[in-house]
Amino acid sequence: MLKIAKERLNELYAAIAEAQALVLPLKKAGEVNYGAWAEGVEVSLETLKTVKSPKDMFFPQSENMMKFKTEGKNIEIIDVRGEKTPTVLFGVKACDYKAIEVLDKVFLADPVDTYYQSRREATTIVTLACSKPEESCFCKAFGIDATNPMGDVTTWIDEAYLYWQANTEKGESLTAVVSALLQEGGEAEVAAQQEKTTAILEKLPFSNLDLSRFTPENLNELFNDSAWEEMSEACLGCGTCTFVCPTCQCFDIRDFKTNEGVVRYRCWDSCMYSDFTLMAHGNSRTTQMQRFRQRFMHKLVYYPSQNDGLYSCVGCGRCVNKCPQRLNIVKVIKTLGGKKND
Amino acid sequence: MKEVELKMLERAKELLTSGEVARVIGWKKGDFCHDPSPASFETVEELNDFVYDWFCGANLSKYLIQMSKKEGKTAVFLKPCDTYSFNQLVKEHRIKRENMYVIAVECLGKLDVEKMKAKGASMIEGVDVQDEKVTVHTLYGDQEMEKSEVLLVKCETCNKTHQAKDEEIILHERQPKDVNRLAEVEALEAMTEAERFAFWKEQLSKCIRCNACRNVCPACSCIKCVFDNPASGISAKANDSEFEEQMFHIIRAFHVAGRCTDCGECSRVCPQNIPLHLLNRKFIKDIDTLYGEFQAGETTEGKTPLTSYTEEDTEPNDVFNGEAK
Ligand code: SF4
Ligand code: SF4
Ligand code: SF4
Ligand code: SF4
Repeated sequence: MLKIAKERLNELYAAIAEAQALVLPLKKAGEVNYGAWAEGVEVSLETLKTVKSPKDMFFPQSENMMKFKTEGKNIEIIDVRGEKTPTVLFGVKACDYKAIEVLDKVFLADPVDTYYQSRREATTIVTLACSKPEESCFCKAFGIDATNPMGDVTTWIDEAYLYWQANTEKGESLTAVVSALLQEGGEAEVAAQQEKTTAILEKLPFSNLDLSRFTPENLNELFNDSAWEEMSEACLGCGTCTFVCPTCQCFDIRDFKTNEGVVRYRCWDSCMYSDFTLMAHGNSRTTQMQRFRQRFMHKLVYYPSQNDGLYSCVGCGRCVNKCPQRLNIVKVIKTLGGKKND
Repeated sequence: MKEVELKMLERAKELLTSGEVARVIGWKKGDFCHDPSPASFETVEELNDFVYDWFCGANLSKYLIQMSKKEGKTAVFLKPCDTYSFNQLVKEHRIKRENMYVIAVECLGKLDVEKMKAKGASMIEGVDVQDEKVTVHTLYGDQEMEKSEVLLVKCETCNKTHQAKDEEIILHERQPKDVNRLAEVEALEAMTEAERFAFWKEQLSKCIRCNACRNVCPACSCIKCVFDNPASGISAKANDSEFEEQMFHIIRAFHVAGRCTDCGECSRVCPQNIPLHLLNRKFIKDIDTLYGEFQAGETTEGKTPLTSYTEEDTEPNDVFNGEAK
């Protein structure tokens, strides 16, 4: 294990940024979101929940997919993908790292989403273990260890040092870039911190949520449960929960006429929106209850039934903190998940 | 606060038991002490989850659009600020007043849990409020805070009083605050154009286009919003370019001008804490200056500055040239 004194972190950032693009949690206009490092920015590594998750780095909220030019009867298709800049994504928490695995199973499965893939391949992920989890965190319920996230490099931070451990080849190459700044040591400090944090994680109110009822066999029963009506009653149909979620993956594709021909563009979509699933014949989901149910059934039943039981919620707690009406997946799990929640 | 809650609960039970109303709209308990949700209660049993506390900031008026269409009468608990939205919705024929029973409830300001967390409170188990002091009980011990520092933004400058009521539950009178709700707008006006542009650019480029501000807004009650209509040509779900968001927000601010009651819900719900209320308050200030003091939602009838014309009205051109009367 390697380490670097906390007051030298800026040197570390500068060294990484000299070699590659560096993206990490930054405080801007009062809120912390992932952004590109530059001299003078306010880094906020310890922020547990950036408002938006790091999924933007691979699956941006909006992007152009291709352009079309028409001349007479010919259509030219212009590829706008280009080479991706090698990037280091720094400070990713365990839940958000697990979320990338959830996204990989969607975007890297056949047919591969090459837009996602090229960014994913160009990125080295440096994770950061949590030491002060808070009441809305429930990664533990999904078997995630917040004290030991994976990634190309894993880091831990305490009062004095940032500790650094490379896990992969990509991680080793990044270590080589910054090795002049790092020194040996830290095993004991990291182990002590992990032990302390594990004790806090045990005590979090949602750490032991019972998920046992969310199985493919119960799909119909859960779908038809009368509790959805009441659970969704106050839902505004906004997109907050989906847009802050690190695993929400739906998008919409539209063509726009511009001065330089037609541009095909895609952007995040939300199953909570009234025009989601709008088709030529109309909309298959006509009420907010149905939309609300879709979001949670997808996370807890549909996705796991297609991915060997892996849930597509990672317990980051963003929707718990940000839903304007205080509806969220925890309330759904407590209502439908299993007997031990009572 | 507890006595107020008990009184409300008692009234809700009476109203449901006697059959005077078919449902009561209020707030129900969440998983923490600080996350109640708006809810409707149709039976006395359902009222077990009823709550009214320092975190019931959500405005219940907009639900009444749906609720007032249901069978039977609906009783609703409204805080002072909520009654302005209520009146405005009645005026716009979105709520059927005759189907509603309004219980005006006291409000001494509602608290913002995010502000408490930003002050280092973690694992919050409860709060006690004594006048201007808040004691936050956490797993790690108690923390003292100034109430003024942890109020919801909309409560910081609120001097509103109930504008609609069929009965009231008010046990503590509230002292008027000596604050200028337009101070922040004045500060923005004092900036140079470039500074102001930079301010809004930084704020609005945080927008994730979740539409929470629009969906929560009682003045945004269109059945189909132009931004959701694929046929409109401007329908959009994402921030297309870095600062495209100005379009959405400015169009929305124009659309609610003269109807926005300054209920503050838009700023409360924004996940990126964009100070949206400043756009609306700028319009409020301009309407006051150009047409005389006006507060939307004070009444359910009468003309409003932007929907009536007199020959003395300021000409747009004069405003543009800075020569408005
Ligand atoms: S659950 Fe909450 S955040 Fe999600 S759409 Fe409904 S109101 Fe918005
Ligand atoms: S559903 Fe909520 S808690 Fe789960 S990953 Fe998404 S935002 Fe986080
Ligand atoms: S614009 Fe904001 S303050 Fe005005 S009525 Fe709508 S939610 Fe309330
Ligand atoms: S609530 Fe905030 S983030 Fe969401 S659309 Fe409105 S301004 Fe943008």
